[in-house]
Amino acid sequence: MSQDVINVIIAQSPALLIAIPLVFAFFCPFIGKISNTVRNIWVAAGMALTSAIALILAWDVYAFGTRIYVFGAQAANLALPMDSGGIPVRIIFTVDPMSALMQIIAAITGLAIILYSISSEQRHSGLSSFYTLYLLMITGIMGMVSTGDLFNFFVFLEILSIASAGLIAYRVDKGLAVEAALKYFVLSTIGALAILFAIGIYYGEYNALNIAMIASRMQFTVLDQVALVLIMAALAMKCGSVPMHFWTPDAYSMAPSSITAMLVVASQASLYGIFRVLFTLYNVTLNTATVGWIIIVLGVLSMVVGVTMAIPQKNVKRLMAYHAISQTGYMLLGVGVGLAVLGNQPLMDSFGYVAMEGGIFHIINHAMYKGLLFLTAGAVFFRIGTYNLNKMGGLGHSMKWTMVFFIIGALAIAGIPPFNGFASKWMIYESVYVFNPILAVIAMVVSILTLASFVKVFHSIFMGPKLPEHADVKEAPLSMLIGMGILAVIVILFGIFPEAVVNTLIAPAAHALTNQGAYISAVLGGA
Amino acid sequence: MEIFSSLLSGSGAWNPLAWLLAFVVAAVIAYLIWARGERSYKKGTEQTAPFISGNKEPPKGDLHVRAGNLYWGYTDALKGYYERIVPLHSGDMNDYVLWYLGITALIMVIVVVFS
Repeated sequence: MSQDVINVIIAQSPALLIAIPLVFAFFCPFIGKISNTVRNIWVAAGMALTSAIALILAWDVYAFGTRIYVFGAQAANLALPMDSGGIPVRIIFTVDPMSALMQIIAAITGLAIILYSISSEQRHSGLSSFYTLYLLMITGIMGMVSTGDLFNFFVFLEILSIASAGLIAYRVDKGLAVEAALKYFVLSTIGALAILFAIGIYYGEYNALNIAMIASRMQFTVLDQVALVLIMAALAMKCGSVPMHFWTPDAYSMAPSSITAMLVVASQASLYGIFRVLFTLYNVTLNTATVGWIIIVLGVLSMVVGVTMAIPQKNVKRLMAYHAISQTGYMLLGVGVGLAVLGNQPLMDSFGYVAMEGGIFHIINHAMYKGLLFLTAGAVFFRIGTYNLNKMGGLGHSMKWTMVFFIIGALAIAGIPPFNGFASKWMIYESVYVFNPILAVIAMVVSILTLASFVKVFHSIFMGPKLPEHADVKEAPLSMLIGMGILAVIVILFGIFPEAVVNTLIAPAAHALTNQGAYISAVLGGA
Repeated sequence: MEIFSSLLSGSGAWNPLAWLLAFVVAAVIAYLIWARGERSYKKGTEQTAPFISGNKEPPKGDLHVRAGNLYWGYTDALKGYYERIVPLHSGDMNDYVLWYLGITALIMVIVVVFS
């Protein structure tokens, strides 16, 4: 490949990140008419290409700084056309290290899941629609984390919600999956309307939809406070924060396992939205202590209610869904502590940045180990046809690789060293303890309960004698093992080399999030 | 090299490679102890069959402790908590929407009052 082609790819990568999954999604039903094998190759190629573009763009952003991409402009970096009156009127993608980190998460998880899905979904019909919706889901996530425009964020959020609802309902399952999808969709729509209303408030007040533009003009009036709460609550509900989490166990448990793993990333895109609004749109104009504590309380409630509700569950996916809620609490706690002390530079330097880095590090770690755990649950379901823990046992004799991957994921989520979950939790414990020791103690107790819960799951699924009803069970197919293997390797590597990951990926993301001035000047050029 | 350096929190440090090294040393010591164990043990013989006071061994499936029987004591001890928290997860979409709207209103009041 010539250098010119590479340069064009890098220059157009923000647009390609959306265009590629959209094009592959559009043609998927037509390709599916040819044969299932060709369709599988088509979607795997589409996802591989999207992942490659995401990684190239992320590399470019981490190496050379925030990327601006203006759709329809004479030059991709021309944010303020001469005749626009100083307002960025076009759709602008603003990809800073925080956005790039989210793209990396979606790229890696998305690729692992598509490899897994080729085997896990092979018995089902309607797969062309399934993969079309999956690629639309990827489009929605990539768009949400890349855009620098609030209305555009809303559009991608809707694309994600519609595609996700379709995939949650995909297996119907005597209507239960459809009911779960309906709950998700109704709540998502109400949340999206609240977000749209908030965007209308910003447009009415500041005559702009661009995040950097609104941030540069932010007054934090009562209307801005209303808009903040509407967006924050809607996205907190979308990311499964307690007490707005009720849709999560229903949707996560009824969706196909591969989709559940991707729903984790989708929830994290909403979490990204909260952080982007709080830090980039408002930053120190808001009462950081008050809003920071609101985020912390939501985080603590999520951690405690999530884990305690997980322990008595009998359905392995419902149990894991409650753990996903619990782990989201750690992210909210870490970043909430950072927000609470945002205006105080000595406290930020002392523990604020570490808390934020811990919270952000936990996002990528959670996507990897929770994705892995949902995939192992799917592999077990693929072989024995049930998620009911009471009907499982002794599968460690016949599904050794799945068991190994489960152990890796379970130890990581429980915060056992040297897996990745420990590294990010350790950063959260250490920093949050300085802020408020009680919060750190709660976080540690939640980790212990998480371990207890996964000991139960491990025993129920894999331990004990080989049961007569599962005598013929075989290991999961190779492509499913490869999908799980990719995530398992990352869980281990991120756990053994956490400092390298934090220095390379996490710290730049945390600093990009807190540095509102840099974000604004990247778009408006100091205007 | 940076990849071998410790993760720093400002008040503490964590080096997984040092931890792994300690783990390997402990594993080697454990192996050495195990290697000095009973040599007459033979897997799959009468030696390894369970002895239940002369009673016949139940079917394998009956021996497995199922998930429903695990942590009974934990949930029973926290019965008061679970009696309140579980019914909140009613499965009714109206409740879900009300919780969302109620929490939005509560956060709104807190943010506006404290700002």
